Amino acid sequence: MRWVKKGLVYIILSIAALLIFFPILYAFLISFMTGGELLQGNIFPERFHLENYQKAFDRLPLAHYLLNSLIISLSVMLGQLVVSAMAAYAFVFIPFKGRTLLFFIFISTMMIPWEATMIPNFMTIQKLDWINTYQGLTVPFFAIAFGTFLLRQHFKTIPKELHEASEVAGLSKFRFFIKVVLPYCKTSLVTLGAYGFLTTWNMYLWPLLATNNDSVRTVQIGLKQLQTQEMATEWGVVMAGVIVVIIPTLILLFLGQKQLQKGLAQGALK
Amino acid sequence: MKNVELFNVSKSYEKQKEVISDISVSIEPGEFFVLVGPSGCGKSTILRMIAGLEDITKGSLRIDGNEVNLLPPSKRDISMVFQNYALYPHLNVEENIVFGLDVKKVKKFERKERCMEVAEMLGLTDYLKRKPRHLSGGQRQRVALARAIVNQAPICLMDEPLSNLDAKLRAHMRSEIRQIQRKLKITMIYVTHDQVEAMTMGDRIMILNEGKIQQVGKPIDVYNAPANPFVAQFIGSPPMNLATANINLSKQELSIGGRLKLSIPSNDLQSYQEDTVTLGIRPEYLKIVNSINTKSTNNYLDVKVEHVEVLGNETIVSFQLDTYRWQAKWNGQWNVDVGDIVPIAINYESICLFNSASGHLIKGPTQVENHIIHEVTV
Ligand SMILES: Nc1ncnc2c1ncn2[C@@H]1O[C@H](COP(=O)(O)OP(=O)(O)OP(=O)(O)O)[C@@H](O)[C@H]1O
Ligand SMILES: [Mg+2]
Repeated sequence: MRWVKKGLVYIILSIAALLIFFPILYAFLISFMTGGELLQGNIFPERFHLENYQKAFDRLPLAHYLLNSLIISLSVMLGQLVVSAMAAYAFVFIPFKGRTLLFFIFISTMMIPWEATMIPNFMTIQKLDWINTYQGLTVPFFAIAFGTFLLRQHFKTIPKELHEASEVAGLSKFRFFIKVVLPYCKTSLVTLGAYGFLTTWNMYLWPLLATNNDSVRTVQIGLKQLQTQEMATEWGVVMAGVIVVIIPTLILLFLGQKQLQKGLAQGALK
Repeated sequence: MKNVELFNVSKSYEKQKEVISDISVSIEPGEFFVLVGPSGCGKSTILRMIAGLEDITKGSLRIDGNEVNLLPPSKRDISMVFQNYALYPHLNVEENIVFGLDVKKVKKFERKERCMEVAEMLGLTDYLKRKPRHLSGGQRQRVALARAIVNQAPICLMDEPLSNLDAKLRAHMRSEIRQIQRKLKITMIYVTHDQVEAMTMGDRIMILNEGKIQQVGKPIDVYNAPANPFVAQFIGSPPMNLATANINLSKQELSIGGRLKLSIPSNDLQSYQEDTVTLGIRPEYLKIVNSINTKSTNNYLDVKVEHVEVLGNETIVSFQLDTYRWQAKWNGQWNVDVGDIVPIAINYESICLFNSASGHLIKGPTQVENHIIHEVTV
């Protein structure tokens, strides 16, 4: 009886997984097909050749875009971690008048959709002459309320005695932050880091607005270019591009899966 | 070795009523000083004020004669053991122990050496590489202790460090802490709500209630001559028996509920001004009367046994005296049944009398079973 139940559950889960994963799987298969094969409605390519990948790299500075994306995503990730961690530290460990109120105001910015702040942000970076620069693509994302919120919730679980013990031991505030708070909250930091990296990697609208040449463009824009160039003809090439773009995301997911789950669950529960 | 003095120290949180009022006490260098009292009486608050983790609302705190009210904790030359150990979960035992030394810029080689020495002393050498979560409660406790000792701070503060341990381990750690304190000549300020810990560990103890000092003194003195009924009931197990007694000066008599009469020696007469007092007597001084001779005087009482506990080497018998529930403690195993009537003797020499209004001690016991090794047989 138990085995039947277990088997059933696994079958249902497998079907669900297949359904969800199918588009990516299909894209992966298409990336090896020629235009003709695709039109015939084949699901499996006749043979696995890498022509489409070659073409994708030929037609676009895909490597350059990938590098840009990597630089930008990593910078945003680090920036978010630093800013959020320091803000959360202040909200948890530095008592000041109106701290709670300030925090709620801070959190309420989460309710403003990011798109609504796009125009002021754009004008700011324009004034700063940051169009087509890495700073223009990264700095506006450093301060996020969500990250501060997530880390604050975790910092609050640090027993007050740890803080006091460090005070007695003579640790400065900054060293307490570095040597106790950050290691204590490693899981949340990993979660926030992965989240920041992925959202930046997948960002489309802002990089499009803030750039007007190839110098700092990211890979998502590259994909769109590929799609417009190849419209109707060579979907295989577009899909090859897509696969190249999602590989880093997948790698990150596999590496950080455990920590990511833990961190998110913690943020949700506390 | 450093001394710690409190002068009229008071504390109130957020301008509300005082949780600590007007505490003055001087703690000697190298002394083991115990703060004891019921939950919520302000023991931790006093300790945290000495540590500098809480500011002092009124009064002054001096360490070695210098006022330190505004000094940050790290500048006070103290180490502290917290009730829940406060070990850093991401560091292993060794890193936890040397954590403070690292901050004090002690050389790496010396750090290692001091860590090994302390680990040896506390039997932690096998666990140095483990994370705190892989240790038992007693081992964690010892790591916390090691962390405090390794600093070689002259003053050590401990807040109920043994409260999470089982009875056996607690007894073991009591003597261990005491030995280390003696060996290193640390000035120790130790908080506990357990009167046994206070009695067994302290050179002197301070009993607190509702933020006020009840009594300061050597454990034995506090036990023998409690300053007021609160102390009398707090120290000692089972607690001291209390009852209201009447004094009849003309008859030179002290009577409890009209049933038991004790004659007052003439020397003592002038110290009694009031008619009613609170009488207290330790359970072990309530003797059973078994020879007819002693029965001839009227300093005994027939009581009806309501509850009996035989603890192997001693027997505790409860009975009702007027409205009070009293307990008597006798050595050895006694074959007493609930409902039995037993004659109980009360000696004038072994009672305490307290002023019934203010609670001050008027008379302490004069005849205490105080054995001295050379003269066991008198
Ligand atoms: N941060 C605070 N704000 C307001 N009141 C407090 C605060 N900390 C403690 N108190 C109050 O001060 C009183 C003394 O508290 P304290 O922690 O010193 O008690 P304690 O004697 O250590 O008790 P326990 O044995 O339970 O640890 C209590 O009545 C408590 O409610
Ligand atoms: Mg306490």
